[in-house]
Amino acid sequence: MDAFSPLSATLGGLLIGLASAVLWLGNGRLAGISGIFGQLLPPAQTIVWRLVFLVSLIAATFLAARLWPGLGVGGDRPAALMAAPDGWSIPTPVWIAIAGLLTGIGTKIGNGCTSGHGVCGLARLSRRSVVAVLVFFGVAIVTVTVTGIV
Amino acid sequence: MHRLRPSYLATAALSGALFGAGLYVSQMVDPTKVLRFLDFTAIPTGDWDPSLAFVIVPAILVMFVAVKYGRKRAAPLFDIEFHEPEYHNIDRRLIIGAALFGVGWGMSGLCPGPAISLVAFLPNELWIFLVTLFIGSYAGSAIVPSGHAKRLANAQ
Repeated sequence: MDAFSPLSATLGGLLIGLASAVLWLGNGRLAGISGIFGQLLPPAQTIVWRLVFLVSLIAATFLAARLWPGLGVGGDRPAALMAAPDGWSIPTPVWIAIAGLLTGIGTKIGNGCTSGHGVCGLARLSRRSVVAVLVFFGVAIVTVTVTGIV
Repeated sequence: MHRLRPSYLATAALSGALFGAGLYVSQMVDPTKVLRFLDFTAIPTGDWDPSLAFVIVPAILVMFVAVKYGRKRAAPLFDIEFHEPEYHNIDRRLIIGAALFGVGWGMSGLCPGPAISLVAFLPNELWIFLVTLFIGSYAGSAIVPSGHAKRLANAQ
């Protein structure tokens, strides 16, 4: 159980909540990453702030990893992507591509991901978000169980 | 155009920076860490990692306070209105979409936020996930052509 990290998790969660609060009270926008990422091409009229947000998100991750190298991944602990499960004989790039496609399609037609539904939606007491969160957590837990990926 | 004003873009930059820092500090950028939460088969053996719950609950609480405060105001600081979703029906699309996302999340341990923040470390094959995420997102729009406007109309 050396993996459980309640303190850094709580601190990180507070930062993510603060990020969502800043965007909401400042610009009236919900910090749903799938929405911000998925509307980067026209006909979306508001591309600039989305790009600024995403570039800043990447830059902050990069800086945080240098300021606190021991905390998360990075440095001598690379954040590797998951390989396909043993014995499934699926090449890892194909596995990753399927996961990416499902995540892209699913978050688009379901209108949100862990941040948009999980953080912002639950905070707004949205019934749609409660349902979405129960479904994607439930299905993800089943998927991990079936694939035995970890 | 208020959405190009420095105050508006600086707010987006600050929010993105806090978000990225939060994802790193909480270690949610690490797909293995996320999957160790989703792996409920590890509960009986004592190897389950409940950290993700310790991330999302404080995040929701902070945002809950912000939303409550925002409800007392007519508009946010740098825009003319709060852009809150106006569609409230629980429909098939919501369930199917969330389920498809759940499969992708369980396969990879990656949801969109961490996937993008991982650009900071560029792990092998990350680009495959990001490109397919983008393609999937646009395929989603194609499957449901005029999504937003149509659903709003149906909601009347």
